[in-house]
Amino acid sequence: MSPRIGVITFPGSLDDRDAQRAIRIAGAEAVALWHQDHDLQGVDAIVLPGGFSYGDYLRAGAIASHAPIMAEVVDAANRGVPVLGICNGFQMLAEARLIEGAHTRNEHQQFIRRDQKLSVETTATAWTSGFEAGQEITIPLKNADGRFVAAQEVIDRLEGEGQVVFRYVEVNPNGSMNDIAGVSNARGNVVGLMPHPEHAVEPGFGPDTRAAMKSGTDGLVFFTSVIEGLLARAR
Amino acid sequence: MTDATTPAVLDTVANAAATPERQQPYAALGLKPDEYERIKEILGRRPTSGELAMYSVMWSEHCSYKSSKPYLRQFGQKVTPAMKKNLMVGMGENAGVTDIGDGWAVTFKIESHNHPSYIEPFQGAATGVGGIVRDIISMGARPVAVMDALRFGRIDDPDTARVVHGVVAGISFYSNCLGLPNIGGETYFDSVYQANPLVNALAVGVLRHEDLHLANARGVGNRVVLFGARTGGDGIGGASILASDTFAEGGPTKRPAVQVGDPFAEKVLIECCLELFRLGLVEGIQDLGAAGISCATSELASNGDGGMFIELDSVLLRDPTLTAEEILMSESQERMMAVVEPAKLDAFLEVVAKWDVETSVLGEVTDTGRLVIQWHGEEIVNVDPRTVAVDGPVYDRPVAYPAWLDAVQADTASVLERPAGGEQLKLQVLRLLGSANLADKRWVTNQYDSYVLGNTALTFPDDGGMVRVDEETGLGFAVATDANGRWCYLDPYQGARLALAEAYRNVAVTGATPVAVSDCLNFGSPENPEVMWQFSRAVAGLSDACLDLEIPVTGGNVSFYNQTGDVPIHPTPVVAVLGTIADVAERIPSGWQDEGQNIYLLGETRLELDGSAWAGVVHQHLGGLPPAVNLDRERALADLIAAGNAQNLISAAHDLSDGGLIQALAESVLRFGIGARVFLGEVLERDGVDIATALFSESTGRVIVSVPREDDVRFRGLCEGRGFPVVRIGVTDAGSALEIQDQFTLSAAELVDAHRATLPERFGAVVGA
Repeated sequence: MSPRIGVITFPGSLDDRDAQRAIRIAGAEAVALWHQDHDLQGVDAIVLPGGFSYGDYLRAGAIASHAPIMAEVVDAANRGVPVLGICNGFQMLAEARLIEGAHTRNEHQQFIRRDQKLSVETTATAWTSGFEAGQEITIPLKNADGRFVAAQEVIDRLEGEGQVVFRYVEVNPNGSMNDIAGVSNARGNVVGLMPHPEHAVEPGFGPDTRAAMKSGTDGLVFFTSVIEGLLARAR
Repeated sequence: MTDATTPAVLDTVANAAATPERQQPYAALGLKPDEYERIKEILGRRPTSGELAMYSVMWSEHCSYKSSKPYLRQFGQKVTPAMKKNLMVGMGENAGVTDIGDGWAVTFKIESHNHPSYIEPFQGAATGVGGIVRDIISMGARPVAVMDALRFGRIDDPDTARVVHGVVAGISFYSNCLGLPNIGGETYFDSVYQANPLVNALAVGVLRHEDLHLANARGVGNRVVLFGARTGGDGIGGASILASDTFAEGGPTKRPAVQVGDPFAEKVLIECCLELFRLGLVEGIQDLGAAGISCATSELASNGDGGMFIELDSVLLRDPTLTAEEILMSESQERMMAVVEPAKLDAFLEVVAKWDVETSVLGEVTDTGRLVIQWHGEEIVNVDPRTVAVDGPVYDRPVAYPAWLDAVQADTASVLERPAGGEQLKLQVLRLLGSANLADKRWVTNQYDSYVLGNTALTFPDDGGMVRVDEETGLGFAVATDANGRWCYLDPYQGARLALAEAYRNVAVTGATPVAVSDCLNFGSPENPEVMWQFSRAVAGLSDACLDLEIPVTGGNVSFYNQTGDVPIHPTPVVAVLGTIADVAERIPSGWQDEGQNIYLLGETRLELDGSAWAGVVHQHLGGLPPAVNLDRERALADLIAAGNAQNLISAAHDLSDGGLIQALAESVLRFGIGARVFLGEVLERDGVDIATALFSESTGRVIVSVPREDDVRFRGLCEGRGFPVVRIGVTDAGSALEIQDQFTLSAAELVDAHRATLPERFGAVVGA
């Protein structure tokens, strides 16, 4: 049986259906979850999708991190259930203290959309096990509040413990400290990043590559990684 | 102290009948004396202050189309059966709807938000997006894409940066927060738009045929429900005072009349409406845009059983001190009005509660033929809704042939000095490539999300945007917008035809088949007879061209009073063309992706430099007559590309327009960094033109395509079989340079530097560029 991966929809979630599509393309069952429910419907992994939940009011991700279903998400994360936070979902993970650090306005003060090159800094997480360490991938990025910041000792610890999962390559698009694009919790089951892997899963609709227009599918590995991990555990 | 214009007591219908002598501020509300007299005639008494508020906004130019109506009828008259075949909903509704097959339909519309975007660029542009998206939702469709046609003042004018930053940030903020991919559009700079930028926002939605909804209030006893954001004091009189008046020097600031947008509220409203539609809980629906509740109630009632009863006290307010008149006129954003069967009301309220959307039942549908509105238990409005919404004044405005036009048309660019070749030619090419209107626009487009929803098959900088509709089959649509104000200034009839021809060609080069048109007609004051002449000619030209190409206009809007002081903008009829494609996997890129392919020029080049980018940039010249337009040829060209694409003979296609052949070649190199060697000897000989004309002429009906070597014979055969002019002009190569043989070479660095530096120099750096 294929794993079931939940995608939580909050008011103002935008990339929830895209995340569901990515999960289906990767070979799992996508389960739509609703922010007001206290029910994860027994899913094997969870995606907090991108968007502008609650219009980014207060701080991006701040209000959503107090949604009813987040209590269950925190419990599940602490039990080791894989959780991926994309963009606004990354901001929610930070607001919910599932990962360390925070996000502020992009250094250049504008919304930015670009096909972003990243390096995979660690494959020791639930969502990156299918990559090779140091692999360079291209994933679309689009955010206004994507500048990852933390106290220097937190940055040092994240770096030292191998919790920096992705780093921006060539261009740091938002002024994030140490070019950090994504981080994990200590256990490696919870990963958050600003770029959008769900937008690089289907030939014809992803970023441009040398080979052909919009043919990039590097994002698919996030989802196949977690699926393989879940299947291996089930065996 | 008493003020004659401010009633101390509530102005009820009875009071109005009893006090016929009261002075009313109709002029301040934008009504002319004879219009006010006509209202009194219709009612048989003076209007109440509430009725006056309603008539003033609904009879404004923006809402009533009183100057343009007689002309716009041509779009409905010049039609063939082929044009009606796929048209599910035509002009007059919130947006037109076109059948695209397999039970799917597409609705799209382009609309202006020009004046608000000058006063408060960020909110003006943001709410422009919000308004057009609500039009799309009102049809029962899920909005799936937006694009914008923008015109700003001179790029080096200090005020332009203020407007550009605000408008782009406003569009970015609103459409990104709504989760709608921005898939293209245009950005132009010209001094004629200095104090009157154009912000034309386009939205596209998709729906299943059975989900189609219309704005009508049928079924006596059905409830009238207002839902979405609360009603506040923003945008009061926006339609009447802003959209229908010119900016006078030293006049009072009009900022309070600009609406303020909340895209989060709109995003929730979209999802809420789609769920209501899916569950069949709505009989009729109308968005609240210009003229707010006045417009929604009178239009819904006019289009339905003819009567409606409303208790205005039930409107949920953001500001409890608002008067009844202000509530009727408020243009607060993110509001919708629905007609709901009483038996379905509970289910309706359950859905809106799920989405945390505030709702109130205002009244019900009646068959009295009257729109009756009560406030504090007293009747303050009692009108025939058709007199408000449908039978407004219509003006046969004076029309005059512009006295200056003959001299302008006689002043041709053909006599301007053209470089003979080599270094001088190269310098002019680089100047053009970096000129404001031909330069790379990623400073703008990088602020837009083009990925969201995961269906974007083409987007900027390709000629048109393309979106997948059906994930199973790949069925999709393409859209492009175009208008060349310089050409329309020289000849508005031809200019409008050229705008359609270019948008049509831009859709065709993506591999899609053009099927429908929406237009946003931006002009100066209709009270200026020369502007009315321009308008009449442009509408005639566009409607004739639609007939020639057999694609119908499905909706759009007219924006008059685009001028500052006495100087009108260039006539700018922005034309949006929608096309369909059976499978978006068959789309054609605009740039070259592989080396060693042949480059062909389709179409013929003539000495047509009047109104061109070359004449404007190199000689600061605008005169003569725009290029000839041959719509049969455009159709043949579109058919040829479709046939070539069906046989997989075409690997890239790019339309030739502003800047001519050299601009198209440069853009095709820059798209993916694949260069080209180009030889133009055969073109010069066949068409009898010099090298500068070959590179800079803006003759229409031309496209460059790249063809894989192995398909060469078949491609030539295809063109020859159809008798379409074709010349091989070059080959793609691995370097990223563009060589024009015997003339000059543009290195990759020269191309990139010239093309990409212009906007960042003025507006700030582009990240990663």
